[in-house]
Parts: sequence; structure tokens; C-alpha cells
Amino acid sequence: MPAHDVLIIGAGLAGQRAALAAADAGASVAILSKVHPVRSHSVAAAGGINAALNPEDSWESHAFDTVKGSDYLGDQDAIEIMCREAPDEILWLEHAGVTFHRNGTGHLGTRAFGGASQARTYYVADITGQAILHVLYERLMMHGDRISRYEEWFTTTLLQDESGACVGCVARDIRTGALEVFNAKSVILASGGAGQAFKPTTNALICTGDGIAQAYRIGAPLMDMEMIQYHPTTLAENGFLITEGARGEGAHLYNALGERFMEKYAPNKLELASRDVVSRAEQTEINEGRGFPDGTIALDITKVPRKRTLEALREIVNIGKDFAGVDITREPIHIKPGMHYIMGGVKTDFDGQTPIPGLYAAGEVACVSVHGGNRLGANSLLDTLIFGRRSGDHAAQRARGTAMPKSPVSVLSDAQGEIDAILNRPTGGRRVSEIKNELGETMNRYVAVYRDEAGLATAREIVQRLKQEAPNAAIDDKGTIFNQDVLAAIELGYMLDVAEAIVMAAQERRESRGAQFRTDFPTRNDADWLHHITVSLNGDGPALGTAPVTITKWEPQERTY
Amino acid sequence: MAEYTLKLRRYDPQSGEAPYYEEFQIDLEPHRSVLEAILKVKAEQDGSVGIRCSCRAAICGSCGVRINGKAGLACHTHLDHAAKTGVNADGKTILVEPMGNMPVIKDLIVDMDAVHWKKIQRVTPWLINKQPVPEREYIVPHENMVDVTQTMACIQCGACVSDCLSMEVDPLFVGPAASAKAYRFVGDPRDAEQFERLKDLAEDPHGIYDCTHCFNCIEACPKGVAPMNQIMRLRRIAGNDHHIVDRNNGERHERAFVSLIRDYGLLHEAELLPRSYGGDSWFGKFHPAAGQELLDSLPVVVRGVMRGKFAPKKALFGHRIPSADLKAVKAIYEKVEGKPRRYELNLYISGYEDEEDAAGAAEPTAVSAYSDGMPSAPGPDPNRPTAASESESA
Repeated sequence: MPAHDVLIIGAGLAGQRAALAAADAGASVAILSKVHPVRSHSVAAAGGINAALNPEDSWESHAFDTVKGSDYLGDQDAIEIMCREAPDEILWLEHAGVTFHRNGTGHLGTRAFGGASQARTYYVADITGQAILHVLYERLMMHGDRISRYEEWFTTTLLQDESGACVGCVARDIRTGALEVFNAKSVILASGGAGQAFKPTTNALICTGDGIAQAYRIGAPLMDMEMIQYHPTTLAENGFLITEGARGEGAHLYNALGERFMEKYAPNKLELASRDVVSRAEQTEINEGRGFPDGTIALDITKVPRKRTLEALREIVNIGKDFAGVDITREPIHIKPGMHYIMGGVKTDFDGQTPIPGLYAAGEVACVSVHGGNRLGANSLLDTLIFGRRSGDHAAQRARGTAMPKSPVSVLSDAQGEIDAILNRPTGGRRVSEIKNELGETMNRYVAVYRDEAGLATAREIVQRLKQEAPNAAIDDKGTIFNQDVLAAIELGYMLDVAEAIVMAAQERRESRGAQFRTDFPTRNDADWLHHITVSLNGDGPALGTAPVTITKWEPQERTY
Repeated sequence: MAEYTLKLRRYDPQSGEAPYYEEFQIDLEPHRSVLEAILKVKAEQDGSVGIRCSCRAAICGSCGVRINGKAGLACHTHLDHAAKTGVNADGKTILVEPMGNMPVIKDLIVDMDAVHWKKIQRVTPWLINKQPVPEREYIVPHENMVDVTQTMACIQCGACVSDCLSMEVDPLFVGPAASAKAYRFVGDPRDAEQFERLKDLAEDPHGIYDCTHCFNCIEACPKGVAPMNQIMRLRRIAGNDHHIVDRNNGERHERAFVSLIRDYGLLHEAELLPRSYGGDSWFGKFHPAAGQELLDSLPVVVRGVMRGKFAPKKALFGHRIPSADLKAVKAIYEKVEGKPRRYELNLYISGYEDEEDAAGAAEPTAVSAYSDGMPSAPGPDPNRPTAASESESA
């Protein structure tokens, strides 16, 4: 039975940063992930990471942009911490070896990004997430004596002691199928988002909301779940992401009439308005018949000098060529808004603590809330690193005064029983993949850029029906070694829990704010809705609640770009 | 829609049976990927097919497999292309197998820890900071950061390791991926141990001189990292800049090769071994180790002669090429060695040939969107000027 001071579940940027911070603070650390750490979805973050590091920039400016971007639903105390600590984090990464872009004088250089009043996005070509993730993994290997890595282990349950504190998890070694109890004084969830509940999505196949659902199932409240970010530039066919960096470098958006329509919706920031604004503008153009016949908008990157595109946007040159058959340096590429990010997640404070003692969350799985109603581009990497580090640090401090818990072995047989039940399901029922498809298509149809009560009610009905069907969904693989079928069945349950919370919160918020636009309540209503909506498990079913929004310096104003 | 036959190599370690091939019929548009086809099989026909995958967009590096015998990412290979280059003449069969050089765990899933990651660990894969660490960022020329970004683009998919011929012969070879990782630090001006890293990899009998230039890794790499090029660069910096003469004789062998071509225009086989030990020194040719190696090589030499691989007379006395041709060869040497600095090809810097025009035609408004200037061309590397000039005098 492995026992560690700090157990981290998920090994993307938040998890790896937490591991390094906890080890730095002297804790014994385990980091456990269902995929090898460098396969984590942080690898796909393209454009960059925000920080007010230039002398002419200020953290206040960064914070205000973030608050405004969040449509005033972000907690300003948390945003202040994130923006104040951002410059030091960039320098820490630089010293750790990240190959950040340099300007002509050899200093760190920046690019422009959406919703920002300064060019404050630091980057490595358009592989920023990959570059940072791989460098953090270099550090994990360097500290191999203090950080135990459990790669390709799938967490099935979080464990609690009699007092309700989180004391570890049960996980399955994917390679052997063996279950193991992990005891820990503090547990940090860093297992990412839940994009696979939508279809299409920019998110990887592994983004199935595991951590969000695991925390929810042991009583942790979820917050801001209705806030789903649709990224303005994704490929129509498969949902692949075209980085906001393209617009940051100067690319334009056109409708089928050849109009640069953002002039209408955001006369000042144009294509670099915040993502909810640009996505809504595109969707309006498409809905009102000014899109292309395939329901898309044109992104024209030929405005950017070709050499610059080849150097700084190389990845999307490849994506255009390989996945859309388009040379983006020569012709426009067709895009549309696509599901990209979930602003909501497990409610935490700014040290990553959830209301459950001993349980922390950081990164996309968490909701601090620094993104509120809409996340700014290049703030998510920052979120993962700042709150990953703070969680790791705090979890290590907490472990110091705590005795090592020891869960009873009976938890193993319970977990094994659940897996056996999946293996022993009769064949012939609906397949896991069919249910997952129906869920994804439902969410993308009714819980997208524009929403209304009728659509959300339909979505809720479908999700509830799928929840009935899922426990009987058939699987083919009965083996123990790399049984991906059984994991997919468990993930389906996680996605359904998350989807239900998303739909309920979207139904509850009867106003339009940030990423939530209700055609039946088309305006922002600060008097009634300037607060977070929470969803927590009450007995067998979900229950809605509220939490106040922290406002420090910036009173809500009208939001224009 | 088009019909394809996916022929998958299956292996279930729990069955006690040997690997076998299973065919699946699928209907998908030709521009879809092999991964999408496999996922369709998993979703609709057989959920037990094992393959690692996540991002579907050639960035996470999970789905390295062999398609029609060549390593690559399943998500990065179009069905029509795969079918056209398929092993069957029917133009619709696609053979998918697990990667090579690594033990198979199940179906298309290989044990990367046992080979790939072990080799990555071998090259001290983390930055050893040059001291003192500055309070703010290290000041580093733009070109250097772009240069190492080519190796930073490696997604650790293992395709190069799979198809490495040297590793097939010498499983201990550090290999293409780990060598590219090593270059990521050797080429990084912030790293304190360039010399130590190179010395380590040059002296290792399974290190950088173990590569036989087969180009397989360059072909296999889905991200343009060109691992073999990085190995050659490690050698050039080790030999030319740091004068690391390794005990494997790799550096001297390479030097002998280069000088023989300069002198004769073609390889002088009989002279290669002595010169690899003695260089241009006549006495050095009688190095005892050279004698030993000659003895060890004799069976190969005899076999080569018997099969007509080379003519003993030409091998012993050298080839003669027309003097005009020899002059042309020498002119190439003068041109290359006469450059003030080595010209290194890099994906991110060199890009495509017509880019100079495009950069020249840059609109001023677009340029003003950046906060800083762009490099006009690969400039000189200010960190290695002395080393470069040393290498010319050497």
C-alpha cells in the first residue's frame, strides 16, 4: 500500500507543478495519472501564458482585463493573487528551461492575445503548453528520488475517513489491472476538464471529467458549471483547435459576404475581443445566414507574413495541411465556435482547498474562480501553474501536522466489485460509445453558445435517460491488461454526472453573462445573478446552491470591446 | 465514403497464444485518419482493440504505431495515403502493427518505459543552469531559442526509436529520440554543461557515434525534429568546437572519412582504418589498436572480396577520378570550410525556400502587431564565434 504525504491525481501542468512545489516544501510526493504525464491535455495548449512582466505593464491591468473578461463573475481576490504572482512564475519557468520566445535584444518577447489591453502573452512558437509540460516533466525526472510517478494508473474512487476528510484513493494499474490503495495526508485533484461530454470538442479523448465527478461524488460542491467556453476558431469537421495566437499575430475573420464582421460587434478590439464575444458574433453571423454553406466563418491568416507564420504558428500550419487540406499561409481556413474549456469545476479557495478537508483541486478540474463567466486566452496555463504551485505548497504544509491515514482493505474489494460488475454486464445492450455520442451531440446542440429553457430542459431529460442506460452499457473486453473498455465505461459515468451539473446550472442562471447566453433572458442582470451557482450531491441527487462573488477593486460595468 | 480493410496485429498476453492478424472492414472518408478508423472499430465492432491515443491531432504523441511497416502516428496518417502505400495490391488494405524495438504489451501498445524513456533518462534530461542564475530571464539570442525549439517540438512518440536500424543491432544505442533530447540542452545557451554532456555521449560506446546515418528516424518523425540531424550536430560541436577525441575513435573516423573524400574524391577503403587511428601522421597508422581492428575486420573483408563487393586493387591503392572532378570536389570543401560559421539547417529558421520574399513583402501594419522585431535571417551565433574559428584553424 503506497503511502505519501501528498498524492496528486493528474499529471498535466497543474499536477506536475503541484508535485514540484510539494516536493520543494519537503513532502514525500506521489503523482498518479491515467496517461503518461506528457500525454496530458495541457500539451495541446498552443498560444501562450499571460503575465504582466514588462515594466510598462502592471498586474492591475492584467487583473482588470481578467475581471472584465469574466463578465464580473470572477473572484477578484483570487484574480489578484494570480496576476500578482504571474511574473515570478514566468521567470521560474524560464530558469527551469522553457524555451520562451526572445525578442531582438534576447529578452523575453510577447504576442497579443484576446481580451488583453497589453501584449503580455509569453510563448514558445505555438507549442507553449507542450514546451512547458515537457520541461516540467524534465524536472519530475530530475527529482525522481522525491517524487514517485505512477504512470498509467486510473483512479476509481477517492477515499474518506470517518470524519469525512479525504485520505487517498483507489487506483487501477492499467498495465496489470491490479487495484491498489493509495494512502495520503493530502490529495490534490489535477485531472483536467470534461470536454468529451461535448461532441465535437477541442479536448482530447482523456478529458472525461474524472476529477470533477470523483470530488462531486464524495460531497464537494461544483461551481460555475454553466460556464462552458466555446473557442472562436475550431475546425468544423473534427473540432481541432486553431490557436488564438493566429488572431494575436494579425489574422482576420470574414463572413461569406467578405465582411470583417467583428467591426460590428467589437469595434475596438475586433478579432481580439474576449472569446465569448467573438464566438457569439460568429454564431450570430452563421445563424443569420451570412456564414459559409457548411456553417463556418473564414479565418484569414494570410494577413500574417508567411515567414512569421511558419516560425510562430507552425503547429497550425501542420493542422491546416494535415487535417483540413488547407495551406493557411496561402488561403483562409474555415472555422466555427467549438467547445473548448470549462470555467467551472470543484470549488476551491486560492490555496486549492475544497470544502472537504485534505482534498485540493487545481487547474481545469477546479473553480477558484479566476475565470468566472469567461476565461481569457492564455490565462489557463497561468491558472494551472499558480494554483498548482499553491496547492502543492499548502498540501505539503498540511501534511506536516497530520498522521498518515490508513484505509481499511475492504475499500479494495468494494472497488473490485464495481469493476467486476462492469465486466459481467450482459452483452447486447447499447454500447458505451453510442451513449457517449448521444451525450456529446445533445450537449453541443442544447448547451452551446446560445441556450434557452426549452433546449436545456430537453438536454436534462436526455442526460437523465442516459444515466439510466449507462450502468447497463455493454463492453467487449473482459481482460485485465490494458482493458480500455472498462475504463471507458467508468469515464462515461463521470461525464454524465458532470453534464447533469452543467445543464442544471445553465437552467438555473436565468440571465446572460459571459459564456452563458440565454435567448430567453438576453441581458446581464447584476441585481439578481451576480453570484456563483453551485451544484452538490445531496443524498442521491444534485442540489443547487449559491456562493457570493468577491469584488474588491472593480465594480461591475457595462462590458464592451 | 470509401471502404477500407484494417489489418491489425493483435496480441493478448493473457491468452497464452501467439500474435495474429485480424481484419476489420470500415467505411470512412479517405481524408480521415488511421486512428479514426481504429476508434471506429473499437466503438462499433470490437472494444478490446488496444491502442494508446488522446489528442487525435498529432500533439500528444500517444498513438505511435507501424503503418504498412513504417512507424508514425495513427492520427497523422490519412486513410487514402495509407491504403495507396499498403502492402496489398488491392489499394484498400492498411496494415497496422505495434512499433518496433520495444516489447509489446497488448495489441498496438508497446512498453515505452523499458526502452524509450530509459534512454531519455540516460542523457540527463534536465537543464543544468549556468551560474549565476539571473534575477530575471537569461539573455539569449532569438536564434538560439528558435534553434532548440526544433528539438523541443519532439512529442516523445517513439516513432524514431521504433525504426532505428542501429538500435536493432545494438539495443544499448542511446538512439534518436534521446539524442535529440540531448541536443535540446547542448544547444541551449543556458545550460552549464555543454562539454560534459558531449564528452559523455561521445565516449559512450553506444553514444552519438553509434548512428549509421540510415535516415529512418528523419522519415519516421511526425514533427520534423529530424533526430539524425541533431546527432550530426552533436558530433560537429563535440569534434569541431570542443575537440573531443573519444576512445571509440568516432571523431577521428569521421575526420578520416572527410579528409579521404577531399584527397581522393571517393572513399579509399584501405586507407580509412589507418587514417582513423593515425590521422595524417604516417607513424600513427601503426597504432596497435588499428592492427587489432584490422584483424577483427578480416573476415568481413574476405567475404566482401569473395562476393565482389569491392575490388582489392582499387581498395588498396585508391580510386582515381578525373582531375576536373577532383577539383570540383575540392571546391566544395573550400566553399563549405570557408564560411565564417557553420550553417545549420533548422526547421523553424530555414522554413521554406520562398520565405525571404514573403518576409520582404511584410505589411507594416501586420508587423506592428508584434511587440518585438523578427529576425531577418539566421544570424551568427554569438555564443560560439571562437569555437567556430578554432575549428577552421584545426
